[in-house]
Amino acid sequence: MRGGWLRIYAITYLVFLYLPVILLPLFAFNDGTVMAFPLKGFTTQWFVQLAGIEALHGALLNSVFIASVTAALSVLLGICAARASTRFRFPFKAPIMGAIMVPLVLPEIIVAVSLLVVVVQVLDLPLSAWTVIAGHTLICTPFAIAILSSAFQGLDQSFEEAAIDLGETRWGAFKNIILPLVSPGIVASFLICFTISLDEFIIAFFLTGAEPTLPVYIWGQLRFPTKIPAVMALGTLMLVASLIILSVAEYYRRRGVARVGGKDSGGFL
Amino acid sequence: MVSPTAVYVLLLLAAPLAAVVAFSFWTQDFLTIDRTLTLNNYREAFTDPIYRTLMGRSLMISGVVTVVTVVLAFPIAYFVSFYVDPSRKALWIFLITIPFWTSYLLRVFLWKVILGFNGVFNSGLLSLGIIDEPITFILYNANAVVITLAHAFAPFTILPIYVALEKIDRSLLEASRDLGENRMTTFFRVTLPLAMPGVIAATLIVFIPTIGDYVTPRLVGGPDGLMIANMIQTQFLKLNNAPMGATLAVLAMCAVTAISLIFVFFNRKYLR
Repeated sequence: MRGGWLRIYAITYLVFLYLPVILLPLFAFNDGTVMAFPLKGFTTQWFVQLAGIEALHGALLNSVFIASVTAALSVLLGICAARASTRFRFPFKAPIMGAIMVPLVLPEIIVAVSLLVVVVQVLDLPLSAWTVIAGHTLICTPFAIAILSSAFQGLDQSFEEAAIDLGETRWGAFKNIILPLVSPGIVASFLICFTISLDEFIIAFFLTGAEPTLPVYIWGQLRFPTKIPAVMALGTLMLVASLIILSVAEYYRRRGVARVGGKDSGGFL
Repeated sequence: MVSPTAVYVLLLLAAPLAAVVAFSFWTQDFLTIDRTLTLNNYREAFTDPIYRTLMGRSLMISGVVTVVTVVLAFPIAYFVSFYVDPSRKALWIFLITIPFWTSYLLRVFLWKVILGFNGVFNSGLLSLGIIDEPITFILYNANAVVITLAHAFAPFTILPIYVALEKIDRSLLEASRDLGENRMTTFFRVTLPLAMPGVIAATLIVFIPTIGDYVTPRLVGGPDGLMIANMIQTQFLKLNNAPMGATLAVLAMCAVTAISLIFVFFNRKYLR
């Protein structure tokens, strides 16, 4: 076996990575309110309980709405930036692209407080789902750009030139030739942005209005020990949902790479 | 073509950041904002021991988290890049990233369950007979924050290092061995310097955001593990003192930027 000690270390490390993830379903199906071992027995009552919580349904709908709009906006902005940076040269290209990618490394609390200051103190607007969307779009756009750039980069420019030579307008060539070729990248980046927004807490906590998002709702529940098992059940469902969404995204990303004839170079991020 | 995105960033990032900087020079008396420029907030931030303690501790914790995360992650990236069969590399990377699509809040909360007095870790060690009574130094202090954040940022460190290692031309390593270096010296004189851009990226990706996390310190940090972001949050949402919160946010940003720049400066020879 190659890499003896290193392999043992790698497996130990994977156990460390998966420790919390394994506990989540374990406690979701555990018949007891105390989160400790030994487990008490199997139950699905926490999942049944979820169906009856009105506030949770509101939060879920709110989150899905925010995540959908955020993903749509991020992908649109991402297409503009990715297309511009891969196809054209323009003045101040490096600093502009750098500024767009900054939210990727900026502490989220800085994004949150700066938007809060502007919305509440300067513009004097009420906080709502739209303020959360504004913040989430800011942090999701760089991810969309990263995925879309690789999709645009693999394109052969001569396709577009051929279309224009054959009488298409610039917009027509973009719509009929480029977009279909990068559509797997668009789907993949939409799903990634959706998932990021759905799970984001730090910005949402600052910018959410009277209607909480799902993570903000969960944060409120974590204070009550009796509510924890239901939250674990909810977390399990969310994990399953994210995994399905991500598998679909990964499928589209691979198809996109294959479509432009590139070589697959690993997963997301 | 780039303009919509650039305008969005300008409006929603640059302008708000400027507003925060402006606020940090103003003061607030109950609900009215006094717009006379003053350095009072900064004076208070530098003299009040609570802000100094929190800021120092935050930088300390972020630094330790960064070192721990990068040191733990490097062997994994190295293993996947050098020892895993090329056809199975994507699977390993996928395996490494899956845990990070669980809800972030719940992951932090589950670490509280793992590290607690009756937690998974303690009950496990007790039943194995390794310890006689639960160990308590792993929850509600800075150690817990370090463990939890080292977990939270694992993929963000593994991936950049992995990408850097993948780029290394393997024939360079053969050349080094042919020229008489052993495996150890080859690693330190060829592999590691070539992987440094990835290590530097990983360091910054962990160090900068950790300073802004208030969920982990709040859930597992206890009173001695609170960080500057908790204070920023309190100033904004509880004490209703936006100018002081803005001042602390600006100071935290400056401190992080300065440390990052110094770090990059000392490692600049690897980035050429």
